[in-house]
Amino acid sequence: MATTHSTAPPPTEDGPRRPAVRPRVTRRARARRRQGALYAAPTALFLIVFFVVPVILVFRMSVSDWGLFTGDLGLNAPENFTKALDDRLFWPAVWFTLKYTVVTTVILLGLALAMALVVQESGRWSAFVRTSFLVPSALGLASASLLFYALYSPQASPFNAVLEWTGISEDPVSFLGSPDRALWSTVALVVWRFAGFYMLLLLVGLQSIPGDVYEAARLDGASALQTFRRITLPLLKPSLALCTILCVTGSLLAFDQFYILTKGGPDNSTVTIVQLVYSMAFQGSNDLGRAAALSIVVLGGLIVLNAVQFLGLRGDKDA
Amino acid sequence: MTAALGACGGGSDGPAATGDASNVEGVDDGTTLTLWTRAPLEAQANLLVDAYNASHDNQVELTVVPNDDYVAKVGAAAGSGDLPDLFAADVVYLPNWTSAGLFSDITERIGNLDYADQINPAVLDAGTYEDQQYVLPFVLDLSVMFYNKDLYREAGLDPEQGPTTLTEFRDQALAVQALNKPDTYGTYFGGNCGGCGVFTWFPMLWASGEEVLEDDGTTANLASDTAQDVYGIWRDLEDAGAIAPGAADETGATWTAAFQEGQIGVMPYPATLLQTADETVDVGVTAIPGIDGGTSTFVGGDGLGISKDSDTPDQAWNFMQWLMSEDAQVEVLAANNVTPARADFLDNSYATDPRVQLINEVSTAADSQTPIALNFQQAFNAVGSPWSTLFRNQVFGDASTLEADNEAITEALQQ
Repeated sequence: MATTHSTAPPPTEDGPRRPAVRPRVTRRARARRRQGALYAAPTALFLIVFFVVPVILVFRMSVSDWGLFTGDLGLNAPENFTKALDDRLFWPAVWFTLKYTVVTTVILLGLALAMALVVQESGRWSAFVRTSFLVPSALGLASASLLFYALYSPQASPFNAVLEWTGISEDPVSFLGSPDRALWSTVALVVWRFAGFYMLLLLVGLQSIPGDVYEAARLDGASALQTFRRITLPLLKPSLALCTILCVTGSLLAFDQFYILTKGGPDNSTVTIVQLVYSMAFQGSNDLGRAAALSIVVLGGLIVLNAVQFLGLRGDKDA
Repeated sequence: MTAALGACGGGSDGPAATGDASNVEGVDDGTTLTLWTRAPLEAQANLLVDAYNASHDNQVELTVVPNDDYVAKVGAAAGSGDLPDLFAADVVYLPNWTSAGLFSDITERIGNLDYADQINPAVLDAGTYEDQQYVLPFVLDLSVMFYNKDLYREAGLDPEQGPTTLTEFRDQALAVQALNKPDTYGTYFGGNCGGCGVFTWFPMLWASGEEVLEDDGTTANLASDTAQDVYGIWRDLEDAGAIAPGAADETGATWTAAFQEGQIGVMPYPATLLQTADETVDVGVTAIPGIDGGTSTFVGGDGLGISKDSDTPDQAWNFMQWLMSEDAQVEVLAANNVTPARADFLDNSYATDPRVQLINEVSTAADSQTPIALNFQQAFNAVGSPWSTLFRNQVFGDASTLEADNEAITEALQQ
């Protein structure tokens, strides 16, 4: 991009001397192009080694009869794909993953935005509040899941003592006992773990909005709500879009939290699509081919979804 | 690693080296052998390996793999031809692993042992595929009924007499529940753990004279009248509120905890935890009964085999045959309260505790079994398996789906 911009203008500016200058410019352009390629090379190399090659291997696996113990036994397409899509848990897993993604994204971003607005003003306590919002992000997702596993355990949970003491509930509450409770308990964990992180991203966006825009709004007599809706939200759109893409992609690929907290239960009600990939490969059917086929399907879905989100983002910029 | 998988995946050219099968004792020449096992057996495996290394020139290097990663790790190694010399497998996975050719055939070597007929037959059968034998018992893990003698005394039950029928089991659990003590419940079970259900409920069916699997492990027989009676016992306990809270969510990680904390009256339990539970609870032990009596246990634990990739099968066999010796079975396993896998060692100098004697006896009882099915993991042990759907419906949900749930297990078995 940068090179085409810089090479195009000079000839039009000094037209008469064009023939004499041209070789020098081309040489410089070539050197720049080479330089650009050099800068990009490490990233490209990493991309090839750690993304393109694995994807090709997974693709090969997905069209092969490839058992965990038996290895590659030759071509098996499209059976791997039809079998993966015919799995009794496939559609429930897709539906659950989408539901989880929508719920998480809405709650997480809403809360993160509210938190960012609260800590944006530099007050006496803002540094303390900011830090305390951010602390959970320092914990790994697996560790956080284990922590919540203990908190939700009917035998060990401190919540139950509180509920009993306040008289809200006599019997111990089973936080993961029903499909809905398992979903909301996991959402609570993820919100606790990630809200601070998204707050930070949005805070950066908020602080990049120039103060004079707000000043102008104030002079025009805009109310707080009007300022938020007409100024803050539109100017925060790039940050919000970034957070949405991160959050949606992360939620669609959810695994750790469910693997540790619910193991997909109760009654397979919280099986996400990545968990299904895992269980096809390592829990019972031990069929790497079918698991790879499902991974390819998920990858395709993610590419389409991200393309749509990026297009939407670019459309907003043009408007 | 994946590239290596591709290169070697098709290479099923049999074992790397066959060795001399007629050599009964194997070779002890200072070779380093590798051995893999899963974390739940770490303590016993360490004891065995230390004892072997101290008395032999061969040295065994033990690798302990987290339980949930074990299948994946063995699978990856099998594909790339990197399996260790020796590795253990959960008995219920043995049919699948032997049929995939992960182990070397040791039929002749076992046949040469003059005590071959004393080795625990349930594990040997599980490790036999198409009339070829592939494993010996590594560490046995049996299921028995544990009860809390203190709670039995409080409830007016005889602390020296555990349940001898499932009806008594239910009534005794209800009696403990009737104490109405805080944090004290009649019984507990892993209500969201297929493996726990297999381990503790199958013996109830076997002791009642019912088979669980038919047609070489391709048909499930879990909707019979006897099976319904067994589910009915648990349903009664659930309806009476005599099962400790959290059973429905119990994925197996903590299913043995509540009993050790003294909160449970009576429940089926792994025999290997007798010592541990005895530290906090006055434990009574009895065999798992059927509806009207009988006794049975799930002969669980791991089998050990020589891998297809071992370059030193004679040296590996030296460890295997030592594992069956008195030095290992009595001086290591029995001394640490693990049931010996040889019938002629069940009555040994360490088995002085009548509870240990009972556990040892039940390991070879007529109705004690290891279930054999090629797709066992998928049908029973896997998270959210059709088996866990079945027993959850029977205890917590809509019990009328029994036939369909049983059919779903058969489907998984035949996949």
